[in-house]
Amino acid sequence: MKRMLAFSSRNVKEMLRDPLTVAFGIGFPVAVLLLLTAIQSNVPVDLFNLEKLTPGIAVFGLSFVSLFSATLISKDRSTSFLMRLFASPLSSVDFILGYTLPMLPIAIAQSVVCFGVAMILGLTPTLNIIKVLIVLLPADILFIAIGLLVGSIFNDKQVGGLCGALLTNLTAWLSGTWFDLELVGGAFKTASYALPFARAVDASRLALSGGQGVFTHLVWVIGYAAVVMVLAVLAFRKKMNGENR
Amino acid sequence: MYAIEIKELTKKFKDFTAVDGLSLEINDGELFALLGVNGAGKTTTIKMLSCLLKPDSGDALLLGKSIVSEPAKVKQIINVSPQETAVARNLTVRENLELVAAVYGSDKKAAVTHAQNMIEAFDLTQCASKKAKTLSGGTQRRLSIAMALISEPKILFLDEPTLGLDVIARRELWSAVRKLKGKVTVILTTHYMEEAEELSDRIGIMSKGKLRAVGTAEELTRSQNAKNFEEAFVNIATQGGDAV
Repeated sequence: MKRMLAFSSRNVKEMLRDPLTVAFGIGFPVAVLLLLTAIQSNVPVDLFNLEKLTPGIAVFGLSFVSLFSATLISKDRSTSFLMRLFASPLSSVDFILGYTLPMLPIAIAQSVVCFGVAMILGLTPTLNIIKVLIVLLPADILFIAIGLLVGSIFNDKQVGGLCGALLTNLTAWLSGTWFDLELVGGAFKTASYALPFARAVDASRLALSGGQGVFTHLVWVIGYAAVVMVLAVLAFRKKMNGENR
Repeated sequence: MYAIEIKELTKKFKDFTAVDGLSLEINDGELFALLGVNGAGKTTTIKMLSCLLKPDSGDALLLGKSIVSEPAKVKQIINVSPQETAVARNLTVRENLELVAAVYGSDKKAAVTHAQNMIEAFDLTQCASKKAKTLSGGTQRRLSIAMALISEPKILFLDEPTLGLDVIARRELWSAVRKLKGKVTVILTTHYMEEAEELSDRIGIMSKGKLRAVGTAEELTRSQNAKNFEEAFVNIATQGGDAV
């Protein structure tokens, strides 16, 4: 436990001392929120109401958490630093917890900042916001697991493409944040609801509005989070055993 | 008891045999240099001995503990300074040292004390609060070796510790390594003849995965009727034939 905490503390420092992490992790979702709210004030669009927009931006912001965690792991792998630690008494459980646990407070902090800014912009402060932060926890874990999986398999350049471009776009396009999935309908809507992003956004929106059916969507996110985490652990352990071949 | 007892250690990568039936004994406190051209099997040997790679056959006992059946116990008594500089780039020199101390089980207070000792021993006081990424290549290597020693390992693996360093940084590092002689059992891999001659008690020469010769630089030079150690090395590394 002590060893794992020392390792996770290093991971927190390594991420938070990278100005790009802070800029993109906190700044970018907030910038999008400000921009779309400005559009909303000039050309009112129901989808860009803060009650609908903020949960979407909170989920979208989590794609950056995947990027940070994947980048950290892949960079560690590309240098000999991880080799040094693999030769130490740290166990595979220490590694996996050491990489994932520090990401959770970062993900939660990102959502808190997102909702904090939304409240400044006019979102009504209610206890439901706390409920949303809880409902977002499986999504937090899902995006952290995606980071662990991608970081364990790909190098840091590939991670930039996969998490920085592909995942952020998938999260943006298939979550129903930017446009109403009902309006597109058909296979696009079916595909979107077969993936966890729209489910996470809908669960958060329902939690914020106090509506029913949160768990119907949440169960999809929990399922994806569990599967991706198992795959991530398997991929990391495989790398740990064969990293230097 | 030997500090390291290697028995018929073999590692294959598909059709390529990287290490082929390596057997060797290394004494406690000895500084042993493994020499060889690229692809000779030096790094693969180090990786197996430090439990980073599982051997296909054979075993090695490190202070009596098997790398095959007791890797967790082996990891408690060894440390490694990998070929490339292995530091956490955004952590300061002090934080890097404290991290490794904590990973090897030191509590906070002990980690702070050990880190300070290493900072003084490796002349890192001036840069103790600087981030590792801002240090010169030579200083990063010194930090990397200090990180390998902070856990007070019984056995230390130094994989090409001076690769890419300028002559002054190399000499400084040699001085640090020389201080370890007799206290820690060290296996050092290197490409540099001069480094092996200067630092080691004995030298093993590997080629094509096999250990071709073992002895002091003087013994090896004499055995080849060579003018100098470099010539002896070239003879041994290129002749092939049976392993020792």
